[in-house]
Amino acid sequence: MPINYIIPQFEIVRDQSRCIKCRVCERQCANEVHHYDEDYKIMVADESKCVNCHRCVALCPTSALKIVKNQDSFKENGNWTAEIITDVYKQASSGGVLLSSMGNPMKFPVYWDKLLINASQVTNPSIDPLREPMETKTFLGQKKHEIKRDNEGRIISNLGPQLELSTPIMFSAMSYGSLSYNAHESLARAAKSLSILYNTGEGGLHEDFYQYGSNTIVQVASGRFGVHKDYLNAGAAVEIKMGQGAKPGIGGHLPGTKITEDVSKTRMIPVGTDAISPAPHHDIYSIEDLNQLVMSLKHATDFKKPVIVKIAAVHNVSAIASGIARSGADIIAIDGFRGGTGAAPVRIRDNVGIPIELALASVDTRLRNEGIRDNVSLVVGGSIRSSADVVKAIALGADAVYIATAALLALGCHLCRTCYSGKCNWGIATQREDLVKRLNPEIGYERLVNLINAWTHEIKEMMGGMGINSIEALRGNRLMLRGIGLNEKELEILGVRHAGE
Amino acid sequence: MQREGTDNYRIPSGCAICGIFNRDGKRISGSDIIQAIAIMHERSNGLGGGFAGYGIYPEYKEYYAFHIFYDDDRAKVTCEEYLNKHFDVVNLSRIPTKKHPKIVNEPLIFRYFVLPHPADLFSSQLDEQEYTSLCVTRINTDIEGAYVFSSGKNMGVFKAVGYPEDVGSFYKLDEYNAYCWTAHGRYPTNTPGWWGGAHPFSLLDCSIVHNGEISSYDANRRYIEMFGYKCNLLTDTEVIAYILDFLVRKLGLTYSEAASVIAAPFWSTIDRKDKEEKERLTYLRNTFSSLLITGPFSIIAGFSGGIMALNDRLKLRSMVVGEKGPAVYISSEESAIRKICKDLDSVYSPRGGEPVIYTLRGGIS
Repeated sequence: MPINYIIPQFEIVRDQSRCIKCRVCERQCANEVHHYDEDYKIMVADESKCVNCHRCVALCPTSALKIVKNQDSFKENGNWTAEIITDVYKQASSGGVLLSSMGNPMKFPVYWDKLLINASQVTNPSIDPLREPMETKTFLGQKKHEIKRDNEGRIISNLGPQLELSTPIMFSAMSYGSLSYNAHESLARAAKSLSILYNTGEGGLHEDFYQYGSNTIVQVASGRFGVHKDYLNAGAAVEIKMGQGAKPGIGGHLPGTKITEDVSKTRMIPVGTDAISPAPHHDIYSIEDLNQLVMSLKHATDFKKPVIVKIAAVHNVSAIASGIARSGADIIAIDGFRGGTGAAPVRIRDNVGIPIELALASVDTRLRNEGIRDNVSLVVGGSIRSSADVVKAIALGADAVYIATAALLALGCHLCRTCYSGKCNWGIATQREDLVKRLNPEIGYERLVNLINAWTHEIKEMMGGMGINSIEALRGNRLMLRGIGLNEKELEILGVRHAGE
Repeated sequence: MQREGTDNYRIPSGCAICGIFNRDGKRISGSDIIQAIAIMHERSNGLGGGFAGYGIYPEYKEYYAFHIFYDDDRAKVTCEEYLNKHFDVVNLSRIPTKKHPKIVNEPLIFRYFVLPHPADLFSSQLDEQEYTSLCVTRINTDIEGAYVFSSGKNMGVFKAVGYPEDVGSFYKLDEYNAYCWTAHGRYPTNTPGWWGGAHPFSLLDCSIVHNGEISSYDANRRYIEMFGYKCNLLTDTEVIAYILDFLVRKLGLTYSEAASVIAAPFWSTIDRKDKEEKERLTYLRNTFSSLLITGPFSIIAGFSGGIMALNDRLKLRSMVVGEKGPAVYISSEESAIRKICKDLDSVYSPRGGEPVIYTLRGGIS
């Protein structure tokens, strides 16, 4: 049926004079794009299956391959773009919801790129992090202002449970199931080696990884997969996942093909069944219900673990955050609309939610106006792409950031956005054993450690330039930021002045 | 007239600071402090100078002494109406001044000795200090053209636009006797003409003179404003004064504990302490992490019965301390101390973040 013909997105350009027919591309591609034509004695490709993950390009020993955007085009139309036309064809053919993975790829404004950082000149010395101490240690948790003393006048600490991070960066929630065992091992080992935390996501915690508990945040999501008492007590903190930036308002769906023996055991569901998390938590229909779940989890963990409530950045995020800050939760995590996902409906990922920069600024301002900013710490993600984004997030008011896409990139992800297929050629978002073993956790964890160390060095350089030698003096320090190319309203929400002011 | 805080402009400035404290409570005239600060003339640029004296009003020591600048009579009428409504005013006068060729454009400068209206105070259910500080904040925020620049008991701030030695002579400080004097010469990086922008900055009896530009300013400001303070002037000194007021008066920390918050030791230093001390310092630093002050500063905080000098943790501003018997001298430069006391018992440079605190051994003599 020609009407079902979809123009392949990519064209595989093979330099036949370089190709030695070693067939490595064929063996490496889980999407079965390449094959050897016995009659013509050449390698050929079925481009319709190509997702542009670059595995073949990266491993071709003679650099004979490149993947380019298919030049074949529809008649140009500013409104009906090729993507939209293709999506209509796909849905007319399948009757289904379109799926994709990773964060919102649309051309919405990236506010991080419209914020500029300050530096000291003359009136105030910059500080050289190579010669002077430069502190990035961060504590997350509630802070109480009442001073209590014993009979001899010594201060008694009345702080609740705190998380201590060597640098204000954590690995965001990605479940075992959506990610491979080796990817999880890389994250867990990196978190331990860096003295930061990673997050189990909603897939439970594999028994092999209990040893990294003090560097683990265990998540409780609407499906309650893998949640039991030992799990809750295995981690350093418990996170209630109310929402995710990539798909606010809907639950999760891990296809049965990813529910292997091991994943099934960890999630506590039968092998091969779809793992479907409901859209809401069915015990939380309002803010007072949240308080009950927070308290239940605190009781289950003997009040020793901070409870994080993670929400997606949606329109009334500051009012929601204000409610959470009064719910007994210790930390609020906010996930922006560019945050990644293993699988989400395309329309939701591309159209629901708001940018994290605006959500963060608005929440921090609101909590301060209400005098309750110290009731909670703020962690933001979705998406933090570089150390500069981290610095800007902290200056806007975050205590720490979550990164996930950047961590996957460090592990070899090429952002082809087809995690939902389960055929990740880089061994990250797959459960296929032959693919999983392509990711060596020994190397993976080192690359994650390198990334965070590199970012931390850069954060210190930028802090030193501003004359700040401790990260807490940067937190909420919005005078250190200026906007560029922003309108009055955007500046007002971000609480920053325009460059030149 | 450009004025600190208007149009949201923040003005960094360099400075000279100086303090004299007598542990035996012996009161001396303002001549010494004027001589000392005059030696550091080069550290100011004539755009602000000021002094604070403690123990100067023994005859009114139970009353709050409000020193107020008025732009015009209208502001004075409005403000006095407000004062009469909330306070018993037992004495009202112009602050005596002597014309000085370099001190110009002076506002109306008045002094009031007041106590909160007993009935008002009772019905507000606040303590006397909180009541008074709220009223001061109200006047400074809401009454245009009126500015309370001193509001403590048995102490007073005197400041103006000009070089500090000229300001001292303008206010005839040689006629006041104090057991503690602090002084400030300002070097702002623009040309403000407003007298309220000079130092010391004070709230109730706590006054601050400060040299430096703090890089943590907006983090500190946005935090402290959660607790009802309004940083109207957008100056570092103002925010430091509010931080000390919050930590010491409202939360009951000692000055030394407050110093462990605003100039907290590095984590590496804290890690080397014994268990109890480590816990204490970690608690203070973590709980009040938004009140850590970074960037260069040296401050002298005056308060009833004591004085504290403190440098930033890296000691990015000079500050020396000298002692001679019961007298203590603190200054940006040693020259200022040597000018007024040639044979010191000891002189040293406190380390970064090390608070130097002196208090009266007995009463005021």
